[in-house]
Amino acid sequence: MALAEARRRYWRRNLTYVGVLLAVWFLVSYGFGILLVEPLNRIRVGGFQLGFWFAQQGAIYVFVALIFVYVRLMNRLDRRYELDERDERDERGEGRTAR
Amino acid sequence: MNVGAWTFVMVALSFALYIGIAAWSRARNTGEFYVAGARVHPVMNGMATAADWMSAASFISMAGIIASMGRDGSVYLMGWTGGYVLLALLLAPYLRKFGKYTVPDFVGDRYYSRTARIVAVVAAIFVSFTYVAGQMRGVGIVFSRFLGVDIGQGVLIGMGIVFFYAVLGGMKGITYTQVAQYCVLIFAYLVPAIFISIQMTGIPVPQLGFGAELADGSGYLLDRLDGLTEELGFGRYTDGRRATLDLLAITGALMVGTAGLPHVIVRFYTVPKVRQARSSAGWALVFIALLYTTAPAVAAFARTNLLNTVSGRPYAEVPTWFTNWEATGLIAFEDRNGDGVIQYTGPASSTPNELTIDRDIMVLANPEIARLPNWVVGLVAAGGLAAALSTAAGLLLVISTSVAHDLLKRVFRPSITERGELAAARIAAGFAVLVAGYFGINPPGFVAEVVALAFGLAAASFFPAIILGIFTRRMNTAGAVSGMITGLGFTAAYIGYFKFLRPELNTAEHWWWGVSPEGIGALGMLLNFAVAAAVAAFTPPPPEDVQQLVEEIRVPRGAGPGHEVSA
Repeated sequence: MALAEARRRYWRRNLTYVGVLLAVWFLVSYGFGILLVEPLNRIRVGGFQLGFWFAQQGAIYVFVALIFVYVRLMNRLDRRYELDERDERDERGEGRTAR
Repeated sequence: MNVGAWTFVMVALSFALYIGIAAWSRARNTGEFYVAGARVHPVMNGMATAADWMSAASFISMAGIIASMGRDGSVYLMGWTGGYVLLALLLAPYLRKFGKYTVPDFVGDRYYSRTARIVAVVAAIFVSFTYVAGQMRGVGIVFSRFLGVDIGQGVLIGMGIVFFYAVLGGMKGITYTQVAQYCVLIFAYLVPAIFISIQMTGIPVPQLGFGAELADGSGYLLDRLDGLTEELGFGRYTDGRRATLDLLAITGALMVGTAGLPHVIVRFYTVPKVRQARSSAGWALVFIALLYTTAPAVAAFARTNLLNTVSGRPYAEVPTWFTNWEATGLIAFEDRNGDGVIQYTGPASSTPNELTIDRDIMVLANPEIARLPNWVVGLVAAGGLAAALSTAAGLLLVISTSVAHDLLKRVFRPSITERGELAAARIAAGFAVLVAGYFGINPPGFVAEVVALAFGLAAASFFPAIILGIFTRRMNTAGAVSGMITGLGFTAAYIGYFKFLRPELNTAEHWWWGVSPEGIGALGMLLNFAVAAAVAAFTPPPPEDVQQLVEEIRVPRGAGPGHEVSA
């Protein structure tokens, strides 16, 4: 039963991460790139209007960052709940602190 | 050397490379044929996924589409990249843990139903074929323009190459060839972009040159472009013209469609671990973003260059690239007022427009418009072919896997041997190459329409079924199947009505809530979710072993190469 409870908490935490990251995903693309594009366009950064920049550049950079943040969070979570794949640890994600 | 000779050299070198790799990485069993033995490094897999995903449409057409649509073109940029976030967070790790070969495998096992499996197989094959047809047309365009062979022969050469490495190497051959193809295509895309960025703004990074001041001192590039487009009656480049709801729907359909495309999903079965399925999606997006953040810069450069070089010029003085492309029929000038000058104007201008330019030529003509060296032009041709061939190969593999594994092995002849299944997969791949080649030589006039359909259908069918299968234990066969059928039926009917039955009504005032056929997949997806939830609520929950399967795929522990979860 303890095992089932741990898995339940692991899954809850995963859903929280996914929820928060997808909220950012929604905000930068649908929010900044489409819904708020006109007000943001009043702000200029160099030759770019900010809303236009998010729609054609910024959203994509944020997408990349979101995936790597999720990878890090989940690798940590997997280890904390000892649900990671058992055999040899690969090159990334070493140097963790046990908690 | 002239353009033709350089193109020949670049294309021949790249083809020799692909064939060499294919010969080295021959598949020996079905595991290697379907998922490269699940031993691909995540960064390599990311590169292969990027090449697999970025097709002739991304390489050849996208910058041209953005150049002509301006800010509204952003839906393609965000739509075709944002889907990877969904893949990494919602699909890839769980499907890798599930650990079988295909999307229909998951749908069939999770929903313990032959019907569900067959619906998924049919959708996978349909989506893949519509895509392949588009790739082969891309191959044809490149060959006919740059190598002077006729489109038919060009397609035959392309088919030969794909046949060789897809049929022999299966997923293993395709993966390593795609890594090489990614390198060729990204190099071919970036070199001219960097050249042009330096030429126009003095900055070697196109992503920054895009927002910089022009080297000739006439202010910021985008301001200049806004001025030019407004003056000629096209409307300001950085202004939107489409309805907000439609933009939201198109972006949604493209994102979710991306995450539901079988040839993309299957790539995440090829890495050794769940953890690597997540990071591999990240690497794929890094490699894709390199091209996708360059494309809007290329679009702005190309549009500015084009307006500067041809608009208001006497026809007798047009540059050679103009006459070259006129010969292919993709540029047409009609001197309506007989003054011998090219009037290139938009709908808001009082002067009638005299110039029509096919959007597909923007990237291919760009190096010539900017008067870059001939070897760059040859390189771009090789890059376009790499993009088209890598995607075609990935799709052909999905088709052959669907036939040999999902239909033959799992439905009709479960007793088939390993060797028999491998042979069947090769025969199916060979057959698929022939069909794709046929469409390349006789392209259906509706390729672009069918691609919109493919995205819409993937969004409205697979995506909800997979998500519900992972994130709810309660979802059952009745819910999933009725959801898929409703989503598919609604989306197909809407697109079919506006694209094929009554194309004359395909304008904003006739669309439901102003949502175009390109965006309707997003509504189809919502409908699918709603119907599935409603039906599942009134039908019995799935059996205990299936609920156990759902529990199992939610945690990484226990995955391995070729691991099969008991179900």
